[in-house]
Amino acid sequence: MKRTIITVVGKDTVGIIAKVCTYLANNRINILDISQTIVQGFFNMMMIVDLEDATKPFADVSSELIGVGEEIGVVIHCQKEEIFDSMHRI
Amino acid sequence: MINIHEVSETNKMIEKENLDVRTITLGISLLDCISDDPDTLKARIYDKITKSAERLVPVGKEIENDFGIPIVNKRISVTPISLVGASACRGPEDFAGLARTLDEAAKAVGVNFIGGFSALVSKGMTPSDVNLINSIPSALSETDVVCSSVNVGSSKTGIDMDAVRLMGSIIKKTAQATQDRQSLGCAKLVVFCNAPDDNPFMAGAFHGVTEGDMVINVGVSGPGVVKTAISRIHGESFETLCETIKKTAFKVTRVGQLVAKEASRRLGIPFGIVDLSLAPTPAIGDSVADILTEMGLQYAGAPGTTAALALLNDQVKKGGVMASSYVGGLSGAFIPVSEDQGMVDSVNAGCLTLEKLEAMTCVCSVGLDMIAVPGDTSEYTISGIIADEMAIGMVNQKTTAVRIIPAYGRKAGDSVEFGGLLGHAPVIRVNPFSCEEFIKREGRIPAPIHSFKN
Repeated sequence: MKRTIITVVGKDTVGIIAKVCTYLANNRINILDISQTIVQGFFNMMMIVDLEDATKPFADVSSELIGVGEEIGVVIHCQKEEIFDSMHRI
Repeated sequence: MINIHEVSETNKMIEKENLDVRTITLGISLLDCISDDPDTLKARIYDKITKSAERLVPVGKEIENDFGIPIVNKRISVTPISLVGASACRGPEDFAGLARTLDEAAKAVGVNFIGGFSALVSKGMTPSDVNLINSIPSALSETDVVCSSVNVGSSKTGIDMDAVRLMGSIIKKTAQATQDRQSLGCAKLVVFCNAPDDNPFMAGAFHGVTEGDMVINVGVSGPGVVKTAISRIHGESFETLCETIKKTAFKVTRVGQLVAKEASRRLGIPFGIVDLSLAPTPAIGDSVADILTEMGLQYAGAPGTTAALALLNDQVKKGGVMASSYVGGLSGAFIPVSEDQGMVDSVNAGCLTLEKLEAMTCVCSVGLDMIAVPGDTSEYTISGIIADEMAIGMVNQKTTAVRIIPAYGRKAGDSVEFGGLLGHAPVIRVNPFSCEEFIKREGRIPAPIHSFKN
């Protein structure tokens, strides 16, 4: 497992999840968990994904997802899970 | 599994509260470069640094991208050069030549500072130490990224007052030699008591002789994160205040531990320590002074400041110690003036004086840091300020340091601008009364009685 956290933040609009999921599917990235909230019209989503079978290395996925975010006007970050585990789990 | 609130909390710290890893510092021993021929020595030093640190900057960037955490600086510390150059260097000019070699090697691998142009003279100075110290003004004016430090005292050995006297004059000469850059040379020069061997922070980093061949040390930072956490608990008890700081320091340090372990694994270099420091930057909100005001002081420097800082420093250590497998370096709150906008505001408001800063250094992690004083401050007065600070460190068995800038041609009330992380500083008033006769005495101050623990 190469667990990675993808966060998507921005103004809510049609097709954000579809667009991100399409990119992930096309690159053989498996989604393990999705949570999503909308606060004051702002879309806030977190995905836990597994890059084990991904067709591209982490660095490419990360920079291409930033590009996908720019196309639909949201900010997408891609971070390896360890930073969150380190901070929030003993 | 990690939930959305935990992810948002971490990312908010990074994006809005200036959480970052301040530095990955690669310590390199240069003891195996020693030669009695200056050119051979220089070639060996250049080769060892450039080969050892070749991947430091790219690996640092890789870790930044993987975890989404900024790593502000990638740096190198080396064995104190007074030891490395002892047999090759015949005079100060030879040592200045070694400084230029360090500068070239550091620039070749893309790090932003290299520390270790240093001498450890807490009990006495060898001819090599004296030559290195005398070369500091030209070494720091002819190089861009070399940092220098001199350890003039320790709790075990006492204070070498001959070195203290010499450093007063060297700081003045360094200010003069870099007058065209607002005396910037002095910002790269620290005088220490009880200098740690594994400090990753500049300008005082060097690779101690007790260390292995190479080591990765990491310095974390996060004044903005602590400040934001405290802003949510106005009016609560000291217990709540301390718990909040401790928990926040724990989280910040865990990130440092992760980065240190990753850097060590990817570079194949042993992990040394995480330095649990609250290191401010001139960025708004990234200020230790702001933490103190958030605790309930009108400005840093108001009565109560020393107590507030003591509490902060202790809780940062308590929170951080459990978060890392090895802690070291300076570990605590830094209180530089020019690098902390809140401190600058306090000085400008007339609340923070040199004397209050000195009191604060009794309970913080380092000492009088990045303080601009009038250019006409005498070398004896500077030595007197150093001696006071060294005495605090010696008696309290803690690290203390002086990084003071007698800004050439400036007087109290003016300001100096260093730019970047070094920031800008108001020139602060210095007590005008003389200590010349005291400083002119030769020899050393003996170690305090409580250092004899054997």
